[in-house]
Amino acid sequence: MEKILVVAHEKCTGCRLCEMVCSVKHTGVNNPTRSRIHIIKWPMEGFELPMLCQQCEEAPCIAVCPKDALFRDLTLGRVTLNYDLCIGCKMCVIACPFGGMGIDTVVQQVIKCNLCDGDPICVRFCDPGALQFVPANTVNLMKKRDAGLKFSELMRKSLISDV
Amino acid sequence: MALNREIAYIDLSTAEIKTAPIPIGMRELYLGGRGLDMYLLYNHLEPGVDPLGPDNVLTVSAGLLVGTPASASARTHIGAKSPLTGFVGSSNMGGFFAPELRFAGFDHLVIKGKADGPVYLWIHDGEIEIRDASDIWGENIFDTQELIKDELGDPEVKVLCIGMAGENLVRFANVMTGMKNAAGRTGMGAVMGSKNLKAIAVRGTMDLEIRFPEESLEYNRQLIEHIGSTKFAQIMQKWGTMFIYGVTNTTGLVRVRNFQLNQQIGGNIECEHIEKYSLGTEGCYGCILHCRHKYQIKDGPYAGTYAEGPEYTSQGAFGMEVGCNNFETILVGNHLVNMYGVDTLEIGSMIAWAMELYEKGILTDEDTGGLKLEWGNDQAVLEMIRCIAERKGLGDILAEGPLRAAEKIGQDSIKYLIHVKGMSNLHSDERSTPSLALGIATGSRGSDHLRSRPAIDLYHLPEELLRKIYGGPRPYDGPLSSDYTSYEGKPRMVQWQEMMYQAIDCTGICKYHTIFLSPNLIRFEELSKLIYLNTGLEFTPEEIWDIADRAYTIERLFNIREGLTREDDWLVDRYFDEPTPIGLPIARGKCIDREKFKQMINEYYELHGWDEDGVPRPETIKKLGLDGEPSHKL
Repeated sequence: MEKILVVAHEKCTGCRLCEMVCSVKHTGVNNPTRSRIHIIKWPMEGFELPMLCQQCEEAPCIAVCPKDALFRDLTLGRVTLNYDLCIGCKMCVIACPFGGMGIDTVVQQVIKCNLCDGDPICVRFCDPGALQFVPANTVNLMKKRDAGLKFSELMRKSLISDV
Repeated sequence: MALNREIAYIDLSTAEIKTAPIPIGMRELYLGGRGLDMYLLYNHLEPGVDPLGPDNVLTVSAGLLVGTPASASARTHIGAKSPLTGFVGSSNMGGFFAPELRFAGFDHLVIKGKADGPVYLWIHDGEIEIRDASDIWGENIFDTQELIKDELGDPEVKVLCIGMAGENLVRFANVMTGMKNAAGRTGMGAVMGSKNLKAIAVRGTMDLEIRFPEESLEYNRQLIEHIGSTKFAQIMQKWGTMFIYGVTNTTGLVRVRNFQLNQQIGGNIECEHIEKYSLGTEGCYGCILHCRHKYQIKDGPYAGTYAEGPEYTSQGAFGMEVGCNNFETILVGNHLVNMYGVDTLEIGSMIAWAMELYEKGILTDEDTGGLKLEWGNDQAVLEMIRCIAERKGLGDILAEGPLRAAEKIGQDSIKYLIHVKGMSNLHSDERSTPSLALGIATGSRGSDHLRSRPAIDLYHLPEELLRKIYGGPRPYDGPLSSDYTSYEGKPRMVQWQEMMYQAIDCTGICKYHTIFLSPNLIRFEELSKLIYLNTGLEFTPEEIWDIADRAYTIERLFNIREGLTREDDWLVDRYFDEPTPIGLPIARGKCIDREKFKQMINEYYELHGWDEDGVPRPETIKKLGLDGEPSHKL
C-alpha cells in the first residue's frame, strides 16, 4: 500500500536529528548540506518546519528532466532518480517549488529523498513524532483523530453539563 | 574524521590568526571540549593576569562527539580565567553553535589580546575573519544574532554573542546562542566584552566523518529508546527542569529570602503554570529531551513578547530567593536576563542578598535610589536586573559580584553572602544534604551544582544500586549510604560525579543524558562505546575515568597557581550556625557539622590523591602524566 511521509510541524522541536541521521545514512558522514531533509527555522520566533521532497504526483522535476532520469515509482509512491541517466543539468533543482532537489557538492550529484526504500530513517529517529510514514489513504483519518481529540473534550463537557 | 578538526589561535591585538591540527596524542590525554580547553588555559595563561585585561585567554570549543550520532552532543564549552572568582572560568551551553563550528572545520578557538574597537569573528569552512562590529555593539542578545545573519546574508549562520551585560563588564555576564542557550557561569561574557569581542558567527558545510556510521546510528537508536523510556525523560520533555521545584520545595531543600528559609510557604510557582503560556518545547542539536519551553508573556510592558525557558534556576532567582511568588515575574525575569546576557543564577542571588541587606538596614533608600528592595517586590526585582546589566546606581556595585560588592558596601554585609570562591550558590539549601554541600564547597569553578552534584543521592537508592554505580570503574570499596543526610561515603559520590561530568563535558554530551537527575542514563561504559563508534578511539571505562581525573586535576593546579588554598573549599558560616527552620522532618533543624565536614573534605582529598592542603601529591601528578605541565604542546 502506498505510504506518504507527513509532517506534523507542531510536534517538531527543531532538534535536527532527522538531518543528522539522513546525512549519516546516505553519505556515511554528518554534513547537513548533504541531508535530504532540512528543518527550516525562525529561531527568534520559535517556529520550525521540516522540509523535504513532497513526492509530487505531477512532479515539476519529472516534467523538466531532459533525460527521463526522474520518474514516479508507483510501488513506493515516490519520485525516483536514476543516476545512470542523470546528466547533472540541475533543471530539477530549479523547477522544484519546495527545495526538494538538492546538490551534493562532494559527489557532484543532485540528491533527493528516496524514502529510504520504504523505511525512512528520519521517521525512525523522530522521537516527538513530527515525521510520520503512514498509508496515504488514511492520512486524513489520522489528522481527524488528532483534531477530534480536542473537539471531543468540548463535546464531552457539553454532555456532562446537559445531564 | 571527527578527529581532523583544527585548533585556531586568534590574537585580537595583532589580528594574527594561526591554525594547527590537534594531535591524536592530545585527544588521548584530554579528549576535547572542556578537558582540552583546560590544558590550553593552563598552558597559555600566565599566572596572576587581570581576568578583564588583554592577557586573559578565552577558549571556545566543541566537544569530541559534537555533531555525531552520540546522544545529544551539542555543547559548546567556554573557558578563561574567571573575572568573578579569579580561578578557573568554565561554562558550557547547548544549542546549535558547537556542531556548526565543527562543520566549519574547527574544534577549539584560543582567543588572546584585545581588539581596538568592537569586532566579531566570522568562521566558515576553514576560514576565519575578524570583522567590524561597531554597528552591533549595544544590541541585545536576540538582535545581535539576527543582525549578523542579515549582514552575512545567510539565515543558517549560528552565532554566539554577548549582550549589554558583557559589554558593560558585569562580572557574571554570560555568553549566549539562540533565545536562551547560555554559558552562564563564571562571567565568560565579561571576558569577551573586555576583548571587544561582540560575537562569533559560524557556518560550515564540511563533512564530519563518523568512524562506524551504521553501528553508530543503531546504538543511538537504542539509547534514544532507553533514555526515552525513563520517567525522568518523560517529565523533562513535558516540564523541563522546573519539575524539580515541586519536590525540593515540599521537602525543604530550597533557598528562600536569600538564606532565611528553606521552603517557600504557599509557594505557587510550580512547573504546571507554564501550560498557560507555553507554545510547545524546543530541543538542542540531536536531543530528544527538548526540555525548554517556548512561551509568550501575556501581560504588562512585555505583553506579546516571545521567549524561551525558564529553568529551575530562574524559579529561584525571581521566585523563592527574592520572596516572589508570581510565575509571570519569573517569565519576565527570565526574558530580561536572556536579553541582557547575564547569569540568571548569579543575578538572582545578588538581588536576594541586597534585599536581605535592605531588610537589615545595611542598604537604605539612599543606596537604592528610592527602590524598595523588599521581599516579594516583583517590580523592584525586575528593575534591579536592568540596573545591574546597565550598571546603574546600586546595580553598578552588584555587577561586581559577591565579594567585591561586599567590600564596597562594607559593614557586615559579607556575612549575608551565600557563595563559595566568590560565586553564588544555586538557590538550593544543602544543609540537609552533606553530599551536595561537599560538591558546592569543592567545585573547581566555585559554588556550583553542575560540577559534581550527586543529585541522585536524594532518591534514597538501595545501597546495592549505589555500589553498582559508584563502585567503579576505578574500584572503590569504602562505605556508601542511601541516607542523604548522612556524611558517610559521600566524598566518593562527589568524586565520581566530578569524573562523570568532566568526561561528559569533554565529549560535548548534555549532562541530562548522563547520571545526573536519573540513575539510568549514560555512564563510563556507554561513553566508551560512543567514543569508539564515532571516532574509532578505543578507551576502557577506566581510561576515560583517568582522562577525566587528569583534566580535573589540571583545573585544580590552575586554581592553586592562582592562589587557591584549602580555606577556599569551604562553606559560609550560615551553613554551620543556622539550622534549617522548616520543611519535612528529614530537612528540618539541620545544619552542616563543621568537624564532620572537615573530615569529609580530608576524605575527598585522599580519594583524589591530594594532600591535606588540597594540593595534588607529586605521585598523583606523575601518575596522571602532569609532571611536565605546562608542556606547551598546543
